[in-house]
Amino acid sequence: MATSSLTVGRQTLAALRVFLVLTVLLGVLYPAAVWGVGRVAFHDQATGSLIRHDGRVIGSSLIGQRFTGPQWFHGRPSATDYSGDASGGSNLAASDERQRAAVSARRNALSRFGGTPPPDALTMSASGLDPDISPAYARLQARTVAATRGLPVGTVQRLIDAATTGRAAGFLGEPRVDVLRLNLSLLRHTGEK
Amino acid sequence: MSEQASGLLTVAVLVAALAAVHVPLGDYIARVFSSDKDLAVERAFYRLSGVNPQSQQRWSRYAVSVLAFSGVSVVALWALCTWQGRLPLDRGATMDWHTAINTAISFVTNTNWQSYAGESGASALVQTLGLAVQNFVSAAVGIAVAVALIRGLVARRTGLLGNFWVDLTRATVRLLLPIAFLGAVLLLAGGVIQDLAAPQVVETITGGHQTIESGLVSSQEAIKLLGTNGGGFFNANSAHPFENPNGFTNLVEIFLILMIPFSLPRAYGRLVGDKRQGYAVLGFMAFLWTSMLVVITWAEQAAAGSPTGAMEGKEVRFGVWSSALFATSTTATSTGAVDSWHESFSPIGGGGALTNMLLGEVGPGGVGSGLYGALVVAILAVFIAGLMVGRTPEILGKQVGRKEITYAALYSITTPALVLLGTGAALLVSGAKGAILATGPHGLTEILYAYASASNNNGSAFGGLSADQPYLNLTLGACMLLGRFLPIIAVLALAGSFAAQHRRPTTDGTMPTHTPLFAGLMVGVALLVTGLTFLPVLALGPLAEALS
Repeated sequence: MATSSLTVGRQTLAALRVFLVLTVLLGVLYPAAVWGVGRVAFHDQATGSLIRHDGRVIGSSLIGQRFTGPQWFHGRPSATDYSGDASGGSNLAASDERQRAAVSARRNALSRFGGTPPPDALTMSASGLDPDISPAYARLQARTVAATRGLPVGTVQRLIDAATTGRAAGFLGEPRVDVLRLNLSLLRHTGEK
Repeated sequence: MSEQASGLLTVAVLVAALAAVHVPLGDYIARVFSSDKDLAVERAFYRLSGVNPQSQQRWSRYAVSVLAFSGVSVVALWALCTWQGRLPLDRGATMDWHTAINTAISFVTNTNWQSYAGESGASALVQTLGLAVQNFVSAAVGIAVAVALIRGLVARRTGLLGNFWVDLTRATVRLLLPIAFLGAVLLLAGGVIQDLAAPQVVETITGGHQTIESGLVSSQEAIKLLGTNGGGFFNANSAHPFENPNGFTNLVEIFLILMIPFSLPRAYGRLVGDKRQGYAVLGFMAFLWTSMLVVITWAEQAAAGSPTGAMEGKEVRFGVWSSALFATSTTATSTGAVDSWHESFSPIGGGGALTNMLLGEVGPGGVGSGLYGALVVAILAVFIAGLMVGRTPEILGKQVGRKEITYAALYSITTPALVLLGTGAALLVSGAKGAILATGPHGLTEILYAYASASNNNGSAFGGLSADQPYLNLTLGACMLLGRFLPIIAVLALAGSFAAQHRRPTTDGTMPTHTPLFAGLMVGVALLVTGLTFLPVLALGPLAEALS
């Protein structure tokens, strides 16, 4: 008994020392090394792929923002209302009454565009910060945005194309339109708020 | 390119990459744990820690070392979470006492169940100095235990399993750290952030304001996946654009999840001196993973025919195929990271993710835990086959006698007991029942998923559950603790009793454990045990929902 409690005591002491040494290696040196690589080689990505306009940061090309009003393209419905310091989804199942009601309310609201709303327009994203919409949802909104801004639909369509990213390496993920980049290009094109 | 073609090509590239890497990586892992030499950095490390790397441990001392190390880790992490407000870089992050207990257990047991939200619950110091460190060492503990079991199978009446401190150090320094560094750089290149500055509030072009988060994400993200941990830096986990910005990083993340678990069978084959033994285990794991991928992808594709396109809780940049691939891989291992919300999946899609965990996470399972779980299935399979044909059950020349099968049985009933008792009890507690978001059968699945995830050390969730309350934090914490360490003790005891045996020569009467037939038998045993245990509750949850 004395031996076994001695064993436990000695192993615990060893555990404490191993734990402290590993914490320095894995909790300080390792993240610092990765941070160093980021500083040197991938500064833009490491700091959040920020977008600047008129010399100041207006957001990140990776983080979706809330847009309202007919002069802007809108992103997907968000469970966190695109507040950057929270993230998450609705967690509702398709069978849930609340989900059916929410989808049907969104469909009604989108009826002003005419045409069938694509799935991403009717559903909340996983992060609440989805920066993208499908090209179909962008096309659905194009006519309204063009009319509000007094632009030819063709011009707006060209801006959509410019803000569209294809699949990575031609096959990874889905084609998508970055809403913030698209709206920023609208702003730069028309020069109005 | 159609969505189907893109999805199939993604799976094909992933499988090709895993097939290419599992041989060299498996061989490398075998060398790491059979080498006599210590690296200079490791010798310095042993001197600093006061560990004698030459001393060999019997199973009981190996187990004491595992428990002592994990115990120290839990206490230290709990203290860090509890007093984060008094330490630098806290930025207002706080946790309740029960949340801190849950979190400490969760990260030490390789579960990474999160009842806090990363943005508001964990300071930069907690994330980097606490959680990310456990992401390494909890994975290393799993690998060490798997290696100890292999040594038990190989040992000739020595009773010795190696030295836990050496295995822990080597798994960390030679295996996890270099791959995590490469993975972190790849993710960084893909757009994952790695920044020390405080989050900034920016004025948007519409005159609104938005917080842009920061943090040492990339370094933590890589080991979160490589170590099959799964705890997100942010609440939305790998769905958050700063953790997983595009289709490329998504594939890298899935690859990181699967690379070590699918390489360990090769290491096993090498270490026991018969590569074919590894192929049988690999075949078993690959069959389960592929089958579940087909089921979950099919279910989500079928659901995508509706007007909502199965896009609730999914990101546009990933779509349905990549989300299903991620969900399958994260629940087939002990990872639990998510790039989409499993609760919003179709009944069979979400039920598939649940079933992956209920299978005991052996297809391919977590780092280390997947291999020792699969070897326990192999032991059950030789035992059952031995009973059927009247032969003495043996694995690699070691007899599976009364003692061994008792340990294997204890291993196999621990998590199912925790899952079913935990779920049943929670349904009787009004506080726990009130935490359920969904109604009807989906609500039962939600609470079942939580206890399955905790007991199997997965960590993914049907996220509608409001889990941050004392009853759920404490009972799920108990499930994580018991679901991790009771099986580990059973595995080490098993290793000890194998290590005390002679290795018997193979004869014509020995049942081969390297054939496709045996891999098939393992699949049968896994399905049978899981089916008998869980079919009733699955019928009341996901199956009832799918049929209604």
